[in-house]
Amino acid sequence: MAEPLLEVRDLKVSFRTEDGIVHAVDGISFTVAEGEVVGIVGESGSGKSVTMMSVMRLITDPNVIYQGEILYKGRDLMALSRDAMRKVRGEEISMIFQDPMTSLNPVYTVGWQIEEQLKEHYELTKGQARRRATELLAQVGIPRPEQRIDDYPHQFSGGMRQRVMIALALSCNPDLLIADEPTTALDVTIQAQILELIKNLKRDFGSAVTLITHDLGVVADIADRILVMYAGRIVEEGSKEQIFYDPQHPYTWGLLGSIARLDRPKARRLTAIAGQPPSLINRPQGCSFRPRCPQAFDRCRVEDPHLTSKVGEGHLDACHLSVEDKRTRRDATINPELAETA
Amino acid sequence: MLTFVVRRLLGLVAVMFVLSILVFLIFFETPGVDPARLMAGRNPSPQTIANIRHEFGLDRPLPVRYALMMKRMFITRDLISYGSHTKVIPEILHATPVTLSLVFGAAIIWVVFSIALGLAAAVLRGTIWDPLLMVLALIGISMPVFWLGEIVNLFTQSRWHNSFLFSWVPPLGYTPLTQDPVTWFEGLVFPWLTLSVLYVGFYARVLRANLIETENEDYVRTARAKGISERRVLVKHNLRTSMITFVSLFGLDFGILVAGGALLTEVVFGLPGVGLLTYNSLTSLDLPVIMATVIYGAFFITLASALVDLLYAWLDPRVRPT
Amino acid sequence: MSSNNGGPLLQAEHVIKYFPIKRGILIQREVARVHAVDDVSLEVRRGETLGLVGESGCGKSTLGRCFVRLLPLTDGRLVFDGHDISKLSASDMRPLRRELQIIFQDPYASLNPRKRVGQIVGAPLAIHDIGDRKERKRQVQELLEKVGLSPEHYNRYPHEFSGGQRQRIGVARALALRPKLVIADEPVSALDVSIQAQVINLLADLQEDFELTYVFIAHDLGVVRHVSDRIAVMYLGKIVELSPAEELYERPIMPYTEALLSAVPIPDPRESAARERIVLEGDVPSPINPPSGCRFHPRCRYATEICTQLEPPLVDYGNGHLAACHHPLNVDKETLARATVDERRTPAEADGGAKPTQPAQRAS
Repeated sequence: MAEPLLEVRDLKVSFRTEDGIVHAVDGISFTVAEGEVVGIVGESGSGKSVTMMSVMRLITDPNVIYQGEILYKGRDLMALSRDAMRKVRGEEISMIFQDPMTSLNPVYTVGWQIEEQLKEHYELTKGQARRRATELLAQVGIPRPEQRIDDYPHQFSGGMRQRVMIALALSCNPDLLIADEPTTALDVTIQAQILELIKNLKRDFGSAVTLITHDLGVVADIADRILVMYAGRIVEEGSKEQIFYDPQHPYTWGLLGSIARLDRPKARRLTAIAGQPPSLINRPQGCSFRPRCPQAFDRCRVEDPHLTSKVGEGHLDACHLSVEDKRTRRDATINPELAETA
Repeated sequence: MLTFVVRRLLGLVAVMFVLSILVFLIFFETPGVDPARLMAGRNPSPQTIANIRHEFGLDRPLPVRYALMMKRMFITRDLISYGSHTKVIPEILHATPVTLSLVFGAAIIWVVFSIALGLAAAVLRGTIWDPLLMVLALIGISMPVFWLGEIVNLFTQSRWHNSFLFSWVPPLGYTPLTQDPVTWFEGLVFPWLTLSVLYVGFYARVLRANLIETENEDYVRTARAKGISERRVLVKHNLRTSMITFVSLFGLDFGILVAGGALLTEVVFGLPGVGLLTYNSLTSLDLPVIMATVIYGAFFITLASALVDLLYAWLDPRVRPT
Repeated sequence: MSSNNGGPLLQAEHVIKYFPIKRGILIQREVARVHAVDDVSLEVRRGETLGLVGESGCGKSTLGRCFVRLLPLTDGRLVFDGHDISKLSASDMRPLRRELQIIFQDPYASLNPRKRVGQIVGAPLAIHDIGDRKERKRQVQELLEKVGLSPEHYNRYPHEFSGGQRQRIGVARALALRPKLVIADEPVSALDVSIQAQVINLLADLQEDFELTYVFIAHDLGVVRHVSDRIAVMYLGKIVELSPAEELYERPIMPYTEALLSAVPIPDPRESAARERIVLEGDVPSPINPPSGCRFHPRCRYATEICTQLEPPLVDYGNGHLAACHHPLNVDKETLARATVDERRTPAEADGGAKPTQPAQRAS
């Protein structure tokens, strides 16, 4: 079995704040294989962004506390020196962010910004860097790249800016691309374009991708495996088929039920998950999803469920319900019209 | 671009025109002020006053008087000061290099130091140095320049003048650069430092606040994600965008100082610059000089404002007209 | 106040909204215009939810703001509940504003961070002089409960709430005056999908309780499906399709609608892979210089010569389904023969005689 590209072992990330210690990430472990696309799905505050920002060591808050290991090609990134980590960033692991409107520096041309990254990691002349930057812009589908390379970010639309970000991220041929909610701020048609682009580029560049999102629909097409996060922990993990066709955790059911689907008849009511994500400061006893879970029973109040595999190879979930129980209740939750419930 | 320049030039002319009318009306038409009498000197006879009045066209209607004065100021350039009975324009031109020397020198010092201080405070945020530096800045802002100037003079001119520290300081006054560069420099060192103290404090605080704000911007995070060094992130990304506000404020302050705003410093250090000239003319109600200095001041401030706008557009591509 | 029971609640006739672009040295002259809303005719029926869908820049938000007269119209007529509000002054509009409200998109920017929730939701009541302080507080707390918040939230500040909760506050504010018509301008676009579902459910529930009529603006056809009775699709300032909701999803007629549907993600990997993805190339063109003829032609895969020259009229294909296209999809010959041009709603610039004669042929 090949060594995974990225292996996160029992990562815990907390922040000291005035109100107490916020446990943003509370002990998660997962791997990303070479060329694999992993979708990390969860609501705001689930810890998905903090996890990947920690992989990149981009968290500048001085009150952060880390525990655990992040192994990239066998090396623990947490233990690297600042300079060594800088070399990893941009060259081996790169990241694109949510809001393309603010993620590019407004006072430099897009060409300058791409060239800055190229020159940081490679020895290139000005001409070479410019040529490579133009090539990259063409690869991400920006029309007339030779002219647009001298344009400023504000002269591009949101979708185009996100393409520039992707060009930037792929410029040094990283092995891992982290996409943090890359389409959340975009229209659904532009979202489709960008996801299509990421899919094609992944094929051309061969990079692995971790796609962070709050919308399970976005990863249905592109992901190989999916991690569902809630309150700083992984509550379900599995292949795309396993998650979509045999989801085991009530939170996953809730996420699936929240999506307005065009492939099914119109639901009378969207199955929303009631309530808000919990505070990350004082973890209540038992399962952290219990206050919002329609399936909760006594055991959920006392015992914290562990992420274990009950149904199949590579398919893990953290829920106390038995497998049979889950399957019956699931249909009632996700497709109340299809299931004949009283 | 061209439209911008043309519009600003028209604006400049319009502002100067309106100001000149206002000044004219305020000073020359204030009842109780009789320019002819002022000009006539001590115990004038009514005949002398009448002669002066006629000579200077003071017996003509209002608009004509205004036009005459404007003509004297710009075209024939022989406007005469009531007080010194010398031509006004050369007097201002004579005072200008003094002010410019003072202001340029102080500006260089204050820009360098405020950037250094502001950067240091932002980088050292979280340590004891940040609040210490900011208190220092606050002290700088709080010390009135005339007080500080007098204290400086106390030490450099009188108390410790004979010690090795300050023996080189020339007496108060100005030596033209062309005459003796060394004395010119020595005579300006303390005025420069005194004038810049206030501005260093202010600009360091502004820059620090901007740097801290920009630090949280998404594009700074992107820059880090690209793997570039912290220093480069600080200078090329963080500082570069923070300088936009800094430069706009600087341009205006600089323009005001050139226009005669360094008045207090000039008075305290005995530098015969435009500020001192304006001050003297106001106290003696030397109306032609007042008019000339106001026009001069308006010109520079409006020019500074236009230049600042241009500079802003150069620094921030988003505001450039497409 | 008179009202025309039975007639539409809001009627828009040939509404035009342009934003001028001015240049000049001394005197600013208009050199170009942004054709934000370019001849839109629609009606909103009492008690229904009309979905208004399109990409960014299509004019849907501008149209929504014109409906509540946050913007003056450049031209056209707007009739609300029997009153012609097209040219009303601000003071004349004020009493009508009780009936016409709007919910905004960005829950982080649309609430004043310096005011408490109680003040924000109660402001409309205070402005229109409803009840005394005590009564207003009572009404506000009742509203807070109705939108799923607690009465204790009365004294909190917006920053203490999450995005979804803030949007609920926005909803409460919009409903404070018991309006008849609520324009919801992308009310869920800025929220997580799980919270979107909560807010959509909330809006649906409130519609019954408060007897509301909604215009629901969105860029996502998935989101509007759940709440809409009828849906209008906009492109570059024009209505390109109008249809009862379910029918739009089953038989989209205009190729742009087809593309919009194809962009909505399907949370089913096999379905998603099997489905034919129509990914539109490029960005929406600029509304300053819209393309000639049918504005969608540069991005349309069925476009032909006529599409570049003539603007297609809105044609009625039966069952209240209208579309503006020279090469309609999902339409057989008989339906095409029976179809008629909708004179009333077709924009003035469109060629009323250009009724399509042939269904769409896919260009190779």
